Amino acid sequence: MDSIQNEEAFIQTESVTFSYGETVPDDVLKGITMQVKKGEFVALLGHNGSGKSTMAKMYNAMLLPSGGTVYAGGMDTKDEALLYEIRRRVGLVLQNPDNQLVASVVEEDVAFGPENLGVPTEEIRRRVDNALKAVEMYEFREFAPHKLSGGQKQRIAIAGIIAMEPDCIVLDEPTAMLDPRGRTEVLRTIHRLNREKGITIVLITHYMDEAIGADRILVMDDGKILTEGSPEQVFSQVELLKQHQLDVPQSTELIYRLRGAGADLPDCVLSVEECVQALERIRPDFSGKQAESTRKGGGDHGTD
Amino acid sequence: MIRDVALGQYIPGKSGIHRMDPRVKISLTFLFIIFLFVGSNYASMGVMTVLVAGILLATGIPLRQYFKSLKAVLFVVIFTSVLNLFYGSGQVLVQWGVMQITEGGVNRAVFIALRIVCLMLLSAALTFTTSPTELTDAIERLLKPLKIFHVKVHEIAMMMTIALRFVPTLLEETDKIMSAQKARGADLESGGLMQRVKALIPILIPLFVSAFRRAYDLAMAMECRCYHGGEGRTRMKVLKAKKSDAVAVIGALLLCAGVILLNIFLPGTVR
Repeated sequence: MDSIQNEEAFIQTESVTFSYGETVPDDVLKGITMQVKKGEFVALLGHNGSGKSTMAKMYNAMLLPSGGTVYAGGMDTKDEALLYEIRRRVGLVLQNPDNQLVASVVEEDVAFGPENLGVPTEEIRRRVDNALKAVEMYEFREFAPHKLSGGQKQRIAIAGIIAMEPDCIVLDEPTAMLDPRGRTEVLRTIHRLNREKGITIVLITHYMDEAIGADRILVMDDGKILTEGSPEQVFSQVELLKQHQLDVPQSTELIYRLRGAGADLPDCVLSVEECVQALERIRPDFSGKQAESTRKGGGDHGTD
Repeated sequence: MIRDVALGQYIPGKSGIHRMDPRVKISLTFLFIIFLFVGSNYASMGVMTVLVAGILLATGIPLRQYFKSLKAVLFVVIFTSVLNLFYGSGQVLVQWGVMQITEGGVNRAVFIALRIVCLMLLSAALTFTTSPTELTDAIERLLKPLKIFHVKVHEIAMMMTIALRFVPTLLEETDKIMSAQKARGADLESGGLMQRVKALIPILIPLFVSAFRRAYDLAMAMECRCYHGGEGRTRMKVLKAKKSDAVAVIGALLLCAGVILLNIFLPGTVR
C-alpha cells in the first residue's frame, strides 16, 4: 500500500509493460505510468494497435501486467483474492453491444452483475431499477435486447455495470459500432454519470471529437504515452499528433492552418461554436446571419 | 424471411396460465403429454382433447398463432396418419389390391393425429406463455436434485439462457451473410440436394467464425461482471408457487386419475 503516492488517484499504473506471450516479440505496452483521479473523466486516445484496448483490460485485472504494477482503488490487480472486488469497482464496457448482453430480457441482463455478487433479491431489484433509470432505459426493462438499437444496447451494457455500483467505468471504444445518434446517446449518458454520480470515467476512443469533453486526455502511441493534458493542451500540439497519424478535431485544424497562414486567431479552438466565434472576431463583416448560414449550409452542399 | 421461424417464441400476456409458476407449467405439460399416450379409448382421449382445447383458450393467445405452430408438423401428422390407416385389423372398410383400410386402422390414424396435434399445441402453449428466462430458471430448479449425481445444473441452465439470447442475433447474422454471399453471386436456390447443401458451406463458415468471436467477447463481458459459476449467486426473480398453482396441480392429478379410470372401465380402442 505504501507505494501509492497520490491519495486522490483511483487508478494508478507504474511502468506497466505487457506482451501477449513469447511468440509475439514486441511488447504491446512499453512502460506506462499514469493515473486517473477519483471522479475524473479521462479520455484515452490512440489509433488501432496503439495498445489502448490492452490498457483497458489492465484496469480491472482482465489482463495482468508482465512488468510494473496496476492499482485500482488502492488494490494491486495481481492480488487474486481481490479479483472480484476490483472487477466490481472498476466496470468494463466493451465495444460490441451485442456480445456483452447475457439475458434475453433487459432487466435480467442488468441484474446479472449483482446476481453474481450475491446481492440479496430485493436489493437487486432496487439496483436494477436505479441503473436503468440512470441510463434512461427504464421503459425498456422488459424488452428483448435484439429489439433495441445499438445505442440503446450499449446503454443497457452500461446499466449492467452501474448495477454493480462501481467507482469507475472503463469504456473500450463504446461508440465504435454505433451510428451518430447512438454515439450521442452513449456519450451523453457517460458524461451525466460522471457529473451526477461522480463515477470516474476512462473513455477509450479513436474519435477525437469524443475526447473534447474530457477533463484530461492521454494520447497513446505504440505502447507509450505520447502526450497528456487538458483537451486544449493536447490538441494544440497539432504537429505532434499529425506526425503520429492522429487527427485533431476539424475546427482545431482549421484554426491551426489559418494561424499558419498568418491569421490572428486564438491558440487552441475545440468546438465548432468556438471556431465560429473566433472567425467572427477577425472578420466582423462575416458575422451574424452569414456565418450562421455557412455553418448550417456546410452539411447540405452535397445534397442540393 | 429466416427470422419468421417461430422458435419457441414467447407471447407476453396476462392470463392465469401466463402467471402460473413455470415449474408447475413444465411439470404439468410433461404429465399431460404422457397422458395423451395413456388414453386408449375415445372417452379418455376426448377428455385430454377437451383439456388441451381448454388450456389453449385459457392462454388468451389468438388461435391463429397455434395454427402457425402446427403448420411445421402438418406433414408429419398427415404422413403418419395415412401410414397408420393401412395397419391394424378389424372390419375391412376399403379393399384396394393388397392394401386395405380397416376400422382399427382408421382408429389408429385418428389417435396418432390427435396425439401429435395435442402434443404440439401443449408445448406451444408452454413456450407461448413462459418467457425463455422463466423456462430456463424453472428447468434449473427442477433439475436441481440431479446435483447429487454431479450434473452441472447451473451451467446447463446458463448455457440455455445464452443460447436463447443469441438465437435472434445469429438468425439476423445468417440473413446478412446470405445476402452478402448472394451479392457475390452465390446461388442458394437452385440445383439438387447435394448442390444446395454445398451452397450452405459459404454461409456456415462465416457464421461459425463470428459465433466463436462472439463467444469470446461474451465470456470476457461475463468475467467483467464477476461471473464465477453458480456458487454464491443470488437471483433477482425468485420463483414462488402460489395457491392457484397448487389448485392447478390438484386439478391436473384428478383429471389424470379420471383418464386412468376411463381406460380401465371402457374398452380400449387402440392397442
